[in-house]
Amino acid sequence: MQHTISVIVENDFGVLSRVATLFSGRGFNIESLSVAPTNEDGLSRMTIVTRGDAQILEQINKQLNKLIDVLKVLDFSDGSAIERELALIKVSAEDDARAEVLRVVDIFRAKIIDVTPKSYTIEATGNPLKIDAILDLLRPLGLKEVVRTGSVAIGRGAKGWNG
Amino acid sequence: MKMNGAKIMLECLKKEGVDTVFGYPGGTVINLYDALFDFKEIRHILPRHEQAGTHAADGYARATGRVGVAIATSGPGATNTVTGIATAYMDSIPMVIITGQVPTALIGNDAFQEVDIIGITRPCTKHSFLIRDVKDIALTMKKAFYIARSGRPGPVLVDFPKDVQMAQGEFHYPETVDIRGYKPNLSGHPRQVEKAMAMILDSRRPVMYVGGGAVLGDAAEPVTLLARKLSLPVTTTLMGLGSFPESDDLSLGMLGMHGAYCANMAMTHSDLIIAIGARFDDRVTGKLSTFAPHAKIIHIDVDPTSIKKNVRVDLPIVGDVKDVLTKMIQQADKSNGKISEFVAALSPWHDDISGWKEKHPLSYKQSSTIIKPQFVIQKLRELSDEDAIISTDVGQHQMWTAQFFKFNKPRTLLTSGGLGTMGFGLPSAMGAQAAFPNRQVITICGDGGIQMNIQEMATLVQNRLPVKIVILNNNFLGMVRQWQELFFDKRYSSTCMELPIDYIKLADAYGAKGFLASKPGDVESVIKQGFEEKGPVIMEFKIAREEKVLPMVPAGASLNEMVLNA
Repeated sequence: MQHTISVIVENDFGVLSRVATLFSGRGFNIESLSVAPTNEDGLSRMTIVTRGDAQILEQINKQLNKLIDVLKVLDFSDGSAIERELALIKVSAEDDARAEVLRVVDIFRAKIIDVTPKSYTIEATGNPLKIDAILDLLRPLGLKEVVRTGSVAIGRGAKGWNG
Repeated sequence: MKMNGAKIMLECLKKEGVDTVFGYPGGTVINLYDALFDFKEIRHILPRHEQAGTHAADGYARATGRVGVAIATSGPGATNTVTGIATAYMDSIPMVIITGQVPTALIGNDAFQEVDIIGITRPCTKHSFLIRDVKDIALTMKKAFYIARSGRPGPVLVDFPKDVQMAQGEFHYPETVDIRGYKPNLSGHPRQVEKAMAMILDSRRPVMYVGGGAVLGDAAEPVTLLARKLSLPVTTTLMGLGSFPESDDLSLGMLGMHGAYCANMAMTHSDLIIAIGARFDDRVTGKLSTFAPHAKIIHIDVDPTSIKKNVRVDLPIVGDVKDVLTKMIQQADKSNGKISEFVAALSPWHDDISGWKEKHPLSYKQSSTIIKPQFVIQKLRELSDEDAIISTDVGQHQMWTAQFFKFNKPRTLLTSGGLGTMGFGLPSAMGAQAAFPNRQVITICGDGGIQMNIQEMATLVQNRLPVKIVILNNNFLGMVRQWQELFFDKRYSSTCMELPIDYIKLADAYGAKGFLASKPGDVESVIKQGFEEKGPVIMEFKIAREEKVLPMVPAGASLNEMVLNA
């Protein structure tokens, strides 16, 4: 089963490799990982999408918490979070296909951010499943390049991660 | 007052109460060593190899409970410490390792003797730091020691570039330290403790299963109190030996692969396992699917990751084992009325255990012509001081020591349990002897492992560390040979140590004394002679070459499927 975890970390030298070493050393899986500084000084936030049963997920949570540089592990497996991903998609678009790409972009509320006579580059955001869906529709037209950020997630409601 | 970074580092060590360090100089720690030259408050011991220095700091830590400190230079000096660090990490030993590093401006340039030691040791340290500024030394060291000794202890590496050692700065040692991402939970939850006591009083076949955490957490006293109060049988892991006196009737001895029959049978038939600072290692559980099939499990550990890692747990209690056990004893006092009834109800269980003890006690066949290793271990126990510290190497002699020495006090057995590091015995004994110059320190080794750090004989003699080195010599890498005999059709691939070594001459070459026992009648007199010597000695025992460690649970078998005679 797939799980999304957010990890609040000290923005320290080597913290990314500590987390990565933990996953590779213990045989945990990383499907996607994104990391960037937060609004709080010296803190970064990682969003990790991983796979495993309940016992593995519990170990991942505990092992992450054990790292000195980790302040908090937020487990969003219960679906309590809003998840978004951004994708940049370069797709072939010639003749009739140009109109089809524009229709798909419109339906998914995506944006064209670069255009040539032979291609469109699209910016799409949304739940990772939505990104999968737009890619499925564009694939037959000829995907030339796809860049995905990996999920980022934030809890629902008025409270921040630390209250 | 301004001073250079090297001096600041030593002032930090002094503030942490460090009296002894084990280190090896080199290009990137030469400034640190220059400062050490005038720094009389810290004793520096020069091992002959950085691996041994790290094991010595580890032995010092295991014997004292304090943080061991090792120093090495950058590059090969640092990589030589890795085995020592990994050994300490697997057994949760508090250590700080200071490695020199090339000047900050050169880091990443493949400079002479540069290695990314933080990267190399990341999976086998509790944490690590690179000090980039002289202003950061004091706070970094405060954090390093705090992290090493608190919670589940472990080694912390501090990489200390040469230019930072040379830079001038002020020394102010912080009084307190607060690391926002590191708050070990030490206090056991009272509700969990209540539930635990209720589960114990409900049980009829309980076993206390005690691991290294009880030794590290200085919990031998509450372990013993609780066991005696509730008449609970106690088995310990290799690392837990000494946390409960093996002389006590409630003791089942060690469990697991080479554990006592009664201990493994008790675990298999138990209805409640109270795990205390133990981590259900594969050498302890045997085949997981048949491990303790009837038992509920209470698991007490300061490290939440140990809980439910290998086995299901019915009641987790996260906290310092001493704190939790003290609360459990208080809880037991409140339930005083029920205790005598509970203890009475355990009598069929105690009868079962006595039956197993009688049926297959730990034993060996004595010989009048050839020295049995188990006999040497028994004689060592008989003739050594009550508070003697024993270190071992890894292999058959380690298991015979665990089975036959009978440990009654915590921190009297220093052994590499998790990593199983050959070459650990001699240097760890050296560290313990440096900490306790007036106690008897004995290292029990095989003829394989002793060769891995034999150079430390020089350190012993130079520093007047009178370690008694026992070599059980079978001219084999005995444990691997035993597996080859049992599981590989006696194909002794590379396990015969074909070149006999004259250990008496070798001791002499280092300026120590050597004694040899070749027949059973020599054993007692050699041990006595060795113990009477003021300095370090080698006592070599030519033992039965193909003696096996038994009983044995073959890898992948269930605990109750022990090979008793083979």
